[in-house]
Amino acid sequence: MNEPDHYTDRALDHLTRSRNAGTLSGPSGTGADANPSCGDRTTITVAISDGHVQEVRFRTFGCTAAIASASVLTELAAGLAVEEAARLEPADILNALGGLPPRKEACALMAIGALRGALVDARVRATA
Amino acid sequence: MRRVYLDHAATTPVDPEVAEFMAQVLTEVPGNPSSIYAEGRQARALVDRSREEVAAAIGAEPAEIVFTSGGTEADNLALRGVLKAREGEADGIVTTAIEHHAVLDTAHDLEAHGQARVTVLAVDRDGRVSPDAVRAAIDDRTALVSVMHGNNEIGTLQPIAAIGTLCREAGVTFHSDAVQTVGALEIDVRVLPVDLLSVNAHKFYGPKGVGALYVRTGTRIATVQTGGGQEKGRRTGTENVAGVVGLGAAMRIAVARRAAESARQGVLRDRLIAGIASRIPDATLTGHPIERLPNNASFCFRGTQGEALVVSLDLEGFSVSSGSACTSGSTDPSHVLLALGLERDLAQGSLRLTIGRDTTTADIDRLLDALPPIVARLRTASGAAVPA
Repeated sequence: MNEPDHYTDRALDHLTRSRNAGTLSGPSGTGADANPSCGDRTTITVAISDGHVQEVRFRTFGCTAAIASASVLTELAAGLAVEEAARLEPADILNALGGLPPRKEACALMAIGALRGALVDARVRATA
Repeated sequence: MRRVYLDHAATTPVDPEVAEFMAQVLTEVPGNPSSIYAEGRQARALVDRSREEVAAAIGAEPAEIVFTSGGTEADNLALRGVLKAREGEADGIVTTAIEHHAVLDTAHDLEAHGQARVTVLAVDRDGRVSPDAVRAAIDDRTALVSVMHGNNEIGTLQPIAAIGTLCREAGVTFHSDAVQTVGALEIDVRVLPVDLLSVNAHKFYGPKGVGALYVRTGTRIATVQTGGGQEKGRRTGTENVAGVVGLGAAMRIAVARRAAESARQGVLRDRLIAGIASRIPDATLTGHPIERLPNNASFCFRGTQGEALVVSLDLEGFSVSSGSACTSGSTDPSHVLLALGLERDLAQGSLRLTIGRDTTTADIDRLLDALPPIVARLRTASGAAVPA
């Protein structure tokens, strides 16, 4: 992925018009991840039915890259089969945003970590 | 749409009169000030005149002004020069937790190489250091006390007159980084007991890359670089003639405009502070509420991160800065904000707005309209619970 040295218009759009910010009430699963080096945090809640991710919401305390990564990930994950959603990677976020500035990939990784955590949590809850 | 520049603590645009004068010098004055023939004498005369202008602005003698490459070099020369001059007899540096890195990192570098013992004094919630704490930290091997005049991030002014007085009583050299205040506040070294004072041209509409260190006559200071012996051996190297000329001109203009302009900026600052406090819930003013630079309004907004604030405001046409730099993948809240005792999360959401000569009431009101929805949006994203 070619890294721009500034935020792309798509990343900035996700900062200023964040998609799916918030928390689902009664979610199928909740996941959280943090970047210990900067204190940024993301929490993702998912609603799953019929083996598909129906709804996704995010909460992010962090920089532009962290917010844009989580916001775009909610769009990427919504509607996917659970197995497909679990295979999403930081590269998918970078592709969707048109790249992130150097050394900001950790922000995409944090969003992915929170989503995977939510999917695992949903599976655990479903089998409990 | 016209952009609104509110980052004058970072740098100021060069005054057109200063730029014109500098361009004239660059094109018409080719000489080296050390040369004795006509071109050299012409350059020397310009450097001398600038030295007189800088000296006059702070009540100093021209011989007490040493030109440098800026504030960082002035701070380095003050700390390293004094410690070097006192080698073997005094090695203590007393400073504060909210100094600029040019002072703190220099002190710690000297300490790391066994050349100094460093005492870093805490500040209170408003960023003020207590003169009593300075007095208590001085011992018989203290070489230098270094306390900045106005803080670059939070704007707090330190009681440097009181600190200078007690340093003089103790026989300790006193340095103050006045980079943010020279040009904005009246400084007269005939009454202010400071021995060394750092000055930086680009903070008062002069060029970048030139500054000065005021060195009171009789202050023991050694050079830290060796060469041709310019600046009476205290800062050797061919003078940056155009830069020095720009510094002198910018200083002269700043002093002439200072009283009226600082009063005007103070009114805008207060409008900004009051407006933010009334329009944004849970806004934490950082720095002293009264004893602060006339152009500085700095806040922390819980549930936001400074980088996202700066990027969001940039998109709406505002140039501002944050104390928490998030450029290397790790966001470290500024040492200044942490020294105030702010918790890490709160310190992450810092925003610094600094007013300048071109700032208008309309600019302030535009910012006051633009900022609340941005803070609200970032708080929505983070889910920050904010009291109504």
